[in-house]
Order: sequence, then structure tokens, then C-alpha cells
Amino acid sequence: MTTDTVAIGKRPIRHDGVDKVTGRAQYGNDVKLAGTLYAHILRSAHAHARIMSIDTSAAGELPGVQAVVTSADMPDLSKNTEVINDGEGEGGGLAYMSQNMLARGKVLYHGHAIAAVAATSASIAEEACKLIKVDYEILPPLLSTCDAMKDDAPIIHAAMRTEEAGKLGDKPSNVAKHMQLKRGDMDAGFAEADVVVEREFFTKMVHQGYIEPQATTVLWKQDGTLSIWASTQSPWGVRREVSELLQVPQGKIKVTPTEIGGGFGGKLDVYLEPVAAILSKKAGYKPVKMAMSRADVLMATGPTSGSWIKVKMGVKKNGEITAAQAWMEYEAGAFPGSPVGAGMGVIFGPYRLPNVQIDGYDVIVNKPKTMAYRAPGGTNAAYASESVVDELAEKIGMDPLRLRQLNGAKEGDRRVDGPTFQRVGYLETVQAAINSPHYEDGLAAAPATNIKVGRGVASGFWFNWGGKSSCNAAVNPDGSITLSEGSADIGGTRTSISMQLAEVLGIGVENIKPAVVDTDSVGYNDATGGSRTTFGSGLAAFEVGTKIKQIMIERAAKFWEIDAKDVTLVRGVFKNHSKQMTFAELAAKLDETGGQVVASAATDGKGGAPAFGTHVVDVAVDTETGKVQILRYTAVQDVGHAIYPPYVEGQIQGGVSQGVGWALHEEYFYNDKGLLLNASLLDYRMPTALDLPMIETILVEVASPNHPYGVRGVGEVPIVPPAAAVANAIHNAIGVRVTNLPMSPGEVLRALGKI
Amino acid sequence: MYIAFMQAFDYVNATTIEQAVAVMYREGDMAKPLAGGTDIIVQLREGRKNAKVVVNVKNIPRLAGLDWAPGGALTIGAATPMHLIYGNAPIAAAFPGLMDAFSLVGGTAIQGRASLGGNLCTASPAGDTIPALIAHNAVCVIAGTSGWREVEVEKFCVSPGRNALQRGELLVEIRIPANATGAQKFGAAYLRFIPRNEMDIAVASAGVSVVLEGGKIVKARVALGAVGPTPIVAIEAEKALIGAAVDDAKAVAAAMAAASTAATPISDMRGTLAQRKHLAGIMTKRALESAISRAN
Repeated sequence: MTTDTVAIGKRPIRHDGVDKVTGRAQYGNDVKLAGTLYAHILRSAHAHARIMSIDTSAAGELPGVQAVVTSADMPDLSKNTEVINDGEGEGGGLAYMSQNMLARGKVLYHGHAIAAVAATSASIAEEACKLIKVDYEILPPLLSTCDAMKDDAPIIHAAMRTEEAGKLGDKPSNVAKHMQLKRGDMDAGFAEADVVVEREFFTKMVHQGYIEPQATTVLWKQDGTLSIWASTQSPWGVRREVSELLQVPQGKIKVTPTEIGGGFGGKLDVYLEPVAAILSKKAGYKPVKMAMSRADVLMATGPTSGSWIKVKMGVKKNGEITAAQAWMEYEAGAFPGSPVGAGMGVIFGPYRLPNVQIDGYDVIVNKPKTMAYRAPGGTNAAYASESVVDELAEKIGMDPLRLRQLNGAKEGDRRVDGPTFQRVGYLETVQAAINSPHYEDGLAAAPATNIKVGRGVASGFWFNWGGKSSCNAAVNPDGSITLSEGSADIGGTRTSISMQLAEVLGIGVENIKPAVVDTDSVGYNDATGGSRTTFGSGLAAFEVGTKIKQIMIERAAKFWEIDAKDVTLVRGVFKNHSKQMTFAELAAKLDETGGQVVASAATDGKGGAPAFGTHVVDVAVDTETGKVQILRYTAVQDVGHAIYPPYVEGQIQGGVSQGVGWALHEEYFYNDKGLLLNASLLDYRMPTALDLPMIETILVEVASPNHPYGVRGVGEVPIVPPAAAVANAIHNAIGVRVTNLPMSPGEVLRALGKI
Repeated sequence: MYIAFMQAFDYVNATTIEQAVAVMYREGDMAKPLAGGTDIIVQLREGRKNAKVVVNVKNIPRLAGLDWAPGGALTIGAATPMHLIYGNAPIAAAFPGLMDAFSLVGGTAIQGRASLGGNLCTASPAGDTIPALIAHNAVCVIAGTSGWREVEVEKFCVSPGRNALQRGELLVEIRIPANATGAQKFGAAYLRFIPRNEMDIAVASAGVSVVLEGGKIVKARVALGAVGPTPIVAIEAEKALIGAAVDDAKAVAAAMAAASTAATPISDMRGTLAQRKHLAGIMTKRALESAISRAN
């Protein structure tokens, strides 16, 4: 890309850096209001049970308790059919979302919220919860798509009928939705193939593992307005969801996003805010703070689906893939809305396919309602398809990257889910992987006879999104610019958005003062999610910068008493023949040229510019213990245009780290009663720094045609290939395909036949 | 600041064994000794244990510190934190098999507080120090209202989370014998299997020691962790090794098989029964190889 930039592509100090490294940044749980009450939630001890009665009287009488609530204190929305879409993954019905806040009639998973208490201390609130008596009629839990889809399976939601091609089925079912994508002739496609491979894959529910648990403070005031402070990816989403769930107009709600310690999709929807709100009102309009423990987060927020996926693919000896078919069953959790639809788009995303059929099922089970997790539904989908692609390459004796080159999607090819690709950089990532030092180097020697080493590759696709953004900018007398924006800053977007504003004006990004403001202080912004923020909010910054630039040129013209068309702005300097003036010099003269300069922009970014990645990994497998070590990892990605390269590299490394955790260790471990046994970070094993090598990144820049600076979203696609790449490397090392995630030591030992 | 609930309790800062023992006799199970607190504070906060009185034992002189002369037995005060033990260079060099375990308990910050006595008294089936202490033939020295007694470490754990201490008893110190003299050479090692590379709990572990004389194993100890309700002494594995030459592959295979057989694990989120029995053999082999190389 062009290197003649003032801000873009540089590596400045991030705007939020000092506050974060000094501990001064205010996260969700740092909000302190005078007179705050502390709340605690009583959660279900069972996976599936009817609530026969709830007696909160003893809790209400405990000194210090100010309010106790159950679902009876919330509007009954059980008959409401409205769908709330969080902007990523599948939307959930409002009725279901209401039931997920506080159980109504039945508890549907271990940890499902039943009641909440606000008290003068957190200890009293917790003690009071122990005094709430719940009578349950325990029902059998359904813990897999296989069990939930059996003909005689107990029905979790009595009214549920399977939605299929826009119609509802005629009998109760645990399948919320069946979707199908199809084109070409499957039989002819498979008949043409020289090799057909069909494999089944099981994956477990996994969690985003953001480090900051959900936390909120809510004040319902006597005038009927609500102030909400929340750790969220979506301030306007919180506003809308609270509005809908509590039937309060959106205009009466103000949401202030705090700093956010990670989200990865898991902080798009509300869990605590509506409950804290009704406690606040019931306690007499006092602020109520709620913060989850780690166990709460793991039990009762939104992990991503466990799944069963079957993939069948055919290939000719010359490497041409002739047909591809997939059956995908995703656990939605207790309420509809798994990311199976997105998974269907990802599963064969990198390929040009003449004959393809994908069937996807959104299946209710007695586990927490799933929520978006970084490229939702993509990692497990690619694990299945990219393992099969690897096997096709092996069976026809072709280098697996060569096979991808022959079949890779490019501009003009039609995606399985409909749209035609504009300019995309998939083939460029494959070529860069082939040319990488990693792929050119041989494998490291095994240090002992029980250790086997191997290499794997895999590719991944993610849609990316544009979405709506708004921002306000004001020029200060010293030439700095205050930028008020509304995108919760998870991945360093204050800086990547500011850099685009700075670039338009030709000034350094240190002159931009970005602030993430509340929902009353700037126009609507979609969530920080879908890899959209640097793209979509960057567009708003570009537009507001363009407006400021035009106004400032007019001011310079006025000052010089010439025509505006005779003034240029180049690298932050206004010029007219021999006359020139810096941006800061003009900013100091605003009062003389017509007063303050402000602008705002509201944009809706279309064509979010899909991203592709191709990963190469070397592993060492201890064949006696089944333990897999990652020896070397290289992630190649089409990043469009790296606005802030360190963040882009960090996003890729972060996605790979989570993907490796999913590949090797992470899983929701339920007993046969449906109780989650590993709701702690001791036994829910995310990788530590000691479990990963330095992850090398190779940034390929194929500019997006839909953005003035060529931006593509970069945050999600790096989590798509890792599980498949690691599986393929394990196969290369030990000659066995591991088809269950996680590929934990026990799973590898089983695949080896050692246990 | 949101503070998680913790039950209220009284705090006694004991400076003598007699004082601590008196309180613990008076309150029975509702009195909990406190050394580093890395287990008990978490257990109290999470409601897994209850206490009316917490008795700080760190300020009792005999419970804090090390006593060792080269070639002799090592005595470790029960409240001595791990880092003071493995941070003592001569002791660490003389007892590498113990240091394998002591340096694994938690991270560095935890090791600054966590005591050997605490790890032992917690009596976790997966406690890292216990198989290593058993392999070293360590003995617990216990004070009580009715006098003092000694219990071998291998008999100290009675069930998950329960130890042999009776009402009013306090673990004072752990005594580790020299284990070999003259022409005999002693070597020991502790190894555990964890899925990650750190921050994990053993799926299976083994503490193994050997006494070598003339190229033969004359004594052997094999203790297994995380594969039963308490650490397990694999007696048949020990028998398979005693008398064998150090390079006798058949004896090693027999010991591995015996260790697998001795293991009585459960399946849980950390591993399955079959996996743990398999790993008991693998960890025994690897710890044995290390113990032999240290003895030579």
C-alpha cells in the first residue's frame, strides 16, 4: 500500500495506553455512585426443571436487603414474537431473551438466573439469595444435538416448531430452525470425483474467555429515566434491549460504556442490566451494582455452540474439487440463536464450488444460550471442512496449499450463501504462505522417540460487516481535534479511527483526542462486532474529517481573502501559491474567520469487505501422554490495509491464541445431569503464555474496494483456521485424524489407540 | 469495590504450639490453622469450608524454618513457604526430588506464601508435594493436647480433603531422612502430567525414589498422585524394581504395569479413568528414569 501517509500505517502510542497500564482506566466494576446497593443473583442448581414455587419472604426480611425480584417483576413478554438481532450471529426472540434474564416457569440450564437481591452490601445480597426457597420438579436434561433431535426427545419449549424455508413445522420440536444452501448437482459432482472423503466431527461448547466479567451499575430515577453504566460492546444495543425488555422508551435510557476488558462477541447482549434496573426501581430509585463472578460468566453468559458436523467432499486427481456437502447441527443452548447460519457461510467459504449443499440446524439443548464468539460458528465449521480438504490433498498426493490455489475463490466467484465476491485476497494469502520462511523451512527434529512432529495448514473465511456509525468532531484552538465516537473500544479502535480522521487532514494522530461517549452524546452506533469498527466507524471518521477539511479550507480562504478553490491542504498545511499556514496556525485564527468549527457524520458502511487467512503450524505430539505442543505458528491474512499494524498483528495473534485453546484444551464439561463441572479458569483451560510460541504474522494487503483507505475487518478471521491447522499438523505427526474438539491429551491418546 | 462474601471468623495469632493446640482442641473442626492461606482463604470465601476461628501458626518458631546438616535428615517447619525451601541452594541441591514438587505448587507469588504443611494438610488427591514426600519416606511430626506423635506421610491423607489429624492436633514439622549412606546412592524425582504447561492441576503424577548399590536397585518407592482418593503407594511397582539392574527394561515395564493397576482414578473434567491409569505408568517410568540418573 501507499507509504506516503501521515498517520495511517504508523505505530503511535495508543490513546488509551497510559490509563490502562497505570490502572486508571475505569472498567465496568469501577463505577462508584453514592448510595449504591449491591446485587446478587440466585441461579439454578439444575439443568432442566419446572419451578413449582419461589418463596423470597425470608430473603426480603434479612436486614440490609432492599429489594428482591423474580421474573414476576418484569413485563411478561412470553407472547411477544419480536426478534432482537445483536448484529452478529442469529437474532434471538424477545420473549426468549426475557426468559433468559430471569427464568419464567422453567429453568433451562445450570446457572439460569431465577431471582435477584439488592442489599447494602454484596455479602448481605449473597446471604439473602441463600434464603430464597425454590421448589423444582426436575426434568431430564438434553445435552447434545443428537439427543435433542431424537423423535421421542422431551420438548424443552412446548410451543416450539421447526422453522424451515419460512414455514413452521406442525409438531413440537427442539430444532428451532433448519436452513439449506444448495446449488448445482450433488450426484453429478460426486460422480465426477476420483476421491470422495466423508468425515464426522464433534465439537464442544466453548467460551470467549474475556478477562473482565460482566459488570453494570443502573440507576432508575424518579422521573422515569434510566442511567446505565455497562461493560458492553454495544451501548445502543443495551439501550434497545433494556427498552424492549422493560417496555421503557429508548429515549428515557442513557447508556455509558465503560472501558471493556474483552468481549469477543460475548458482550453484545444484556444479562445484568434489566435485572439491576428493576432492582433499582423496586429499592426506591437507588443505584444498583451487579458484577458477575468468573463462575457466573462461564455458567450463564453466552458461550458458542458445541456442534456435530458431517462433511463430504469430492476431488479429481488433477485437484479440482467437484462437490462439497455439509450437515451442521449447532447447539443453540436454551434458546434459539446458534451461529449455524454463519457457520454455513464459512464452512466452504474459501472455495469456488460448482456443486454444493449445506444443511444447518439450530438445536435447543439445556445449556446456556449461545452468543457470538469471534467469527461465530466459523472455527468448528472450518475444523470440519479444512480437515477434509487436507485429506483430499493427501489422497491425491498434492501439496495442501497447491490444492487450495487450484480451487480458491476470487473476484467474481459466487459465495455459497449467495453474494458474488468483489476483490478479495484469498489466493494472495495462499501464495504468501507458500513463500513464507516457515513453509520453506523443514520441520524441527523430534527430541525423543516418543515425540512426533508434524505440520498442518488451513484457510479461513469471514464475512466482515460495515454497519452504522456516527461521530462528532470539533477543532480546538491549538489545532487538536476532539472526536466523540460511540464504538466501544475493544481492539484499540480509538486510535485506528482517529488515524483515519488524521489522515484526511494530513495531521499526526497525536492531534486527535478521541472519546467513547454515552448514547445521549453522539448519534447511533452499531455494536463493536463483526470486525466492523475500524471499517465502519473509520468511514464516519473519514466523512467527518472531509467535512472539517472543507470548512477549514473555506476559513483559510476567508483569512487570505481568496477563493476556497484556490486553497489546498497537503500534509496538514494550507497553501495558496506562496502563502501557507499550518492546520494549527489556522485553528488559532478561528475566531477571526467565523467562529468554532464542528462537524458530525453518520454513515452506513456497505459491503464489509470479506477477509481470508491461511495458517501454517508445526506441532510436537507426545505419543505417550497425548500432549500437543505448538512449536511454530505463522498466520497469513489479507488485512486490506493495515491502519495500525501493531493492532492488526495483535488481533491476528489473539485470534490464533483463542483458536489454539479451542483446538487443544477448551470445553464445557457437563456431567450427565447437565451440571457444568468446570466453571473456573483452573479447569476451563485457556492457553497461557507458556503454551504458545511467538505467533508470526504476515500481512497481505489487498485493498477493499468499499473503503477509501482499503480497510477490511481483521479481528475475526484469524480464529477460523487454527483448529483445522492444528488437527492437520497432528495428523501429519502421528498419522491419525483427530475428529473431536478439543484435541486434548486424552482425545489424542484415544485416537492413537493407547487408551 | 465488590468484595465477594466471606464468612466472619475470629482470628488467633498463636506464638506457641500449646496455644494453637488449645484453641484447636476447644473449637474442633471449626478452628482452621492458617499458614500461607493460599488454600484456606479461598475455601472459606467459596464456602467450601467453615471456620469459627482461624489460628495463625506462622509465628510459632518451630513451624517456620529448616534444619539440615549435610548428609543428615532434613526437617521442615510446617508453615515454611515453598520458596524458602527450594530457594535454599544447598538443601535444593541435596533433595532435587523434593524440589521438583515444591517448585510446582502454584506460581511464584503463591510459593512465597504457600507452606509445605498446608499443602500436606489440604490432602488433595492431586497435591504435588505428597507423592514426592512419600518417595522420600518423610514423616509428619504432630503435636496434640495429649502429646506428640509421628505419622508417615503415606498414612497422613485419609480421603479427599481429610488428613489424619485428630481434634486439637497440629502438624508441626515434616522430617525427611537422608535415605542412603555409604556405598548406597539415593535418587528421587517427582513428575506430573498437566494438559497445559503451567497453571494446572495434575491429571496423574508419580514420585519415585531408588537406592542403588552396585548397579542394582536395592530399595524403591513409587507413590502416585491424582489417581485415587489419596496419594497411592504402588507397592507392586516397588517390588518389581527391587533387585533389578538399573537398565532392566522388563522390570521397568513391570513397574509401569503395576503402577497402572494400583491406580484407582475417577473420570472427571481433568481426565478419564483409562487415561489416568495409562498416565500413572508413563509418569512412573519417567520419574524412575530421572531418579536413577540422579542417584548415579
